[in-house]
Amino acid sequence: MDLTFSPEEQAFRDEVRAFLTTSLPPAMRHRVLEGLLVPAADTIAWQRILHRKGWGGPNWPVEFGGTGWDPVRQFIFEEECAAAGTPRLLPFGLKMVGPVIQAFGNAAQKARFLPRILSAEDWWCQGYSEPGSGSDLASLRTEAVREGDHYVVNGQKTWITLAQHADWIFCLVRTDKAAKAQAGISFLLVDMHSPGVTVRPIVMLDGGVEVNEVWFEDVKVPVENRVGEENKGWTYAKFLLGHERANIAGIGGSKRELARLTRIASLERKNGRPLSEDPLFAARLAQVEIDLIALEITNLRVLSAEAEKRTPGPEASLLKIKGTEIQQALTELMVQAVGPYALPFRIGALEDGFQGPPVGPDYAAPLAATYCNMRKASIYGGSNEIQKNIITQMILAL
Amino acid sequence: MHFDLTDEQRALSDMVARFLAQEYAFEARKKILRSTEGWSRDTWAKMAEMGLLGLQVPEEQGGMAPAVVETLLTMGALGKALVVEPYLSSAVMGTALIRHLASDSQKREWLPAMAAGELIAVPAHGEAGARHELSRVSTSAVRKGAGWVLSGRKAVVLHAPAAGLLLVTARTSGPDDAEEGISVFAVPAGTSGVELVAYPTIDGQRAADVILDGVEVPAASLVGPEGGAFPVLSATFDLGVAALCAEAVGVLQTTLDATLEYTRTRKQFGVPIARFQALQHRMADMLIHVEQARSMSYLAAMHAISGDVRERRRSVSAAKVTIGNACRFVGQQAVQLHGGMGVTDEMAVSHAFKRLLAIELSLGDTEHHLERFIMESK
Ligand SMILES: Cc1cc2nc3c(=O)[nH]c(=O)nc-3n(C[C@H](O)[C@H](O)[C@H](O)COP(=O)(O)OP(=O)(O)OC[C@H]3O[C@@H](n4cnc5c(N)ncnc54)[C@H](O)[C@@H]3O)c2cc1C
Repeated sequence: MDLTFSPEEQAFRDEVRAFLTTSLPPAMRHRVLEGLLVPAADTIAWQRILHRKGWGGPNWPVEFGGTGWDPVRQFIFEEECAAAGTPRLLPFGLKMVGPVIQAFGNAAQKARFLPRILSAEDWWCQGYSEPGSGSDLASLRTEAVREGDHYVVNGQKTWITLAQHADWIFCLVRTDKAAKAQAGISFLLVDMHSPGVTVRPIVMLDGGVEVNEVWFEDVKVPVENRVGEENKGWTYAKFLLGHERANIAGIGGSKRELARLTRIASLERKNGRPLSEDPLFAARLAQVEIDLIALEITNLRVLSAEAEKRTPGPEASLLKIKGTEIQQALTELMVQAVGPYALPFRIGALEDGFQGPPVGPDYAAPLAATYCNMRKASIYGGSNEIQKNIITQMILAL
Repeated sequence: MHFDLTDEQRALSDMVARFLAQEYAFEARKKILRSTEGWSRDTWAKMAEMGLLGLQVPEEQGGMAPAVVETLLTMGALGKALVVEPYLSSAVMGTALIRHLASDSQKREWLPAMAAGELIAVPAHGEAGARHELSRVSTSAVRKGAGWVLSGRKAVVLHAPAAGLLLVTARTSGPDDAEEGISVFAVPAGTSGVELVAYPTIDGQRAADVILDGVEVPAASLVGPEGGAFPVLSATFDLGVAALCAEAVGVLQTTLDATLEYTRTRKQFGVPIARFQALQHRMADMLIHVEQARSMSYLAAMHAISGDVRERRRSVSAAKVTIGNACRFVGQQAVQLHGGMGVTDEMAVSHAFKRLLAIELSLGDTEHHLERFIMESK
């Protein structure tokens, strides 16, 4: 047993760190580190910077233009990026539809779609959930009816993250209504600019718009945009879930947020002393830090099993539950740390370059909104209750 | 021991609930939140008509004080409807502060107007460095001629933009964290040198930082004894906490009700999600939190104006701790059980969630009251 990284892995970490020091634009970094809104332009620009370096596909095999890194290197890369404050890479292309196309797409699809993900020419979004089908995804009703060389798609998707920027959406659609729920589903790639596609924003509890309803009204989708076989979409979707949940623990991001919390606690004062020296607060902060250390080791255990080609299994659920609990606990402690100055809520203050008169310390402005917003983490990507169901069924065999 | 209400109290409680059901439905409330002022003068006037703004006003000025039970019943009803008008700040805390501190002529000048809904007066107390510590005041009041000069910055003063009168605490002597040396000054809105940086709070109320830049006020603006306001200030904040706890119970109850309703109707896997035992147990835990919170709101009510200061502080803090924990758990789980819907602006539950967060952080957070409970138990 060895809980340390090998010298090669250490050298890799140094290389990543050196690159980030020189290549991450300071303004982008500032927005991420201060918890401000990250505009879509940052996401695109950062993907392109990585692409130029040859690191646009950190989780992709070399044959598709990726780096070919093993899971441990991918982990190190993500951790360093998070610590440095890079914008988050869009998972929908890189971690979701990309790997599905690589595994199940045909040569034409690979050639057409994969390079444009790496170069950030296409913005992808994920069209699974529907108003009536959230946790019970297999009950989805958006249907695609074959008419010659295309499908006609009708229905409604919802909760589609960042669909307002998207060029493409990958969808699960019903192609056989007679078959059993999971059996009649296909995996379609739909051009968001097609006639009949409507995007309506959903306002979140923090006032932000990051999810949308997407409506399909007689949308024509060429049959060549179906990935894999008709009615086999559920298999591909399950394959994708394994990838979506790799690094789902968000260790790097939580470490960064822990550092931010520690900084805030050292600046805030309680009874005339730094808050960080307050025993009650220090104990709560230490508890989260310890949980995070434990989760990192658990995560690395899962990764090394993966590196030995044991496929990622239901333990991803454990990482998701604990990872999101830690992310949420960190936002709670940040709110608590700033006391009454957590309450002011000025939408503009979440944007970089806000010119309004200051209210409380700058770092306080986004904290309550972030706390509210992060309640989503235990809901999306398979709610934590659903993850517990997976653990009880797949690991505990109950 | 009994927990029964008198007929009059029950009638009051029913009246307020009926009024809010008519006037303050979710959509109506949303419209109020979006308005420029962010609160409704019309609702405020109707609350005055019903006598709600006079509950803390003494009989001599046409009110019903101390009326603790009535005040808390009202707060509970306001909590259920997520009312954003300045009831706690002005009708409870501002009014109580004036009642206990002010001279007869000041009371005659302000309290009838407050009961009638014509004057809003709110405490302007908190400061950046104070966090939840009540005695830490660095805003200064220095004599100049017959009057005073006030300088400092008050943080997150709830409903300051709506107030005609700010009840500013300032230090007339002593070190920053001393209980002695704190005085209260009545500063009318618009006084030269007073600047408001106004903003909404996360739960949709309105507040401001109040900047006092060498504000000159006459001698008559001193409210109560010079340097001796702390005991009344502390009692007023404890009454405020008791009232806030009562409001919290109202919010908690609607939040639980909304969650039960939602999980009974929302179907996944062919059944209402309320059928899943994992969620049933969660809702059972929510209920336990709500009932424990309710019990402690009664305790706070009983001791809110007790002459035994130690017992008052202990009980009020114990209540705030219980209620803070309930706000956290019930709020978070309500959102969780609503799934994606829970994190949208569309659902009442997300608004309740934000109010529960604000309640938890207001008038001393859970850790503050935990510490005060320990101190007062020694
Ligand atoms: C911010 C955000 C972004 C999202 N982005 C996307 C996206 O880009 N693309 C996309 O397709 N979807 C997306 N989603 C949708 C997300 O996957 C769903 O919200 C999630 O699957 C839950 O579904 P639901 O909201 O319908 O809740 P429901 O399924 O109705 O669940 C409500 C509650 O019931 C619980 N529950 C349900 N079934 C069970 C059970 N069997 N046992 C125990 N408890 C149960 C849930 O855990 C939850 O607490 C996003 C959601 C959010 C909030």
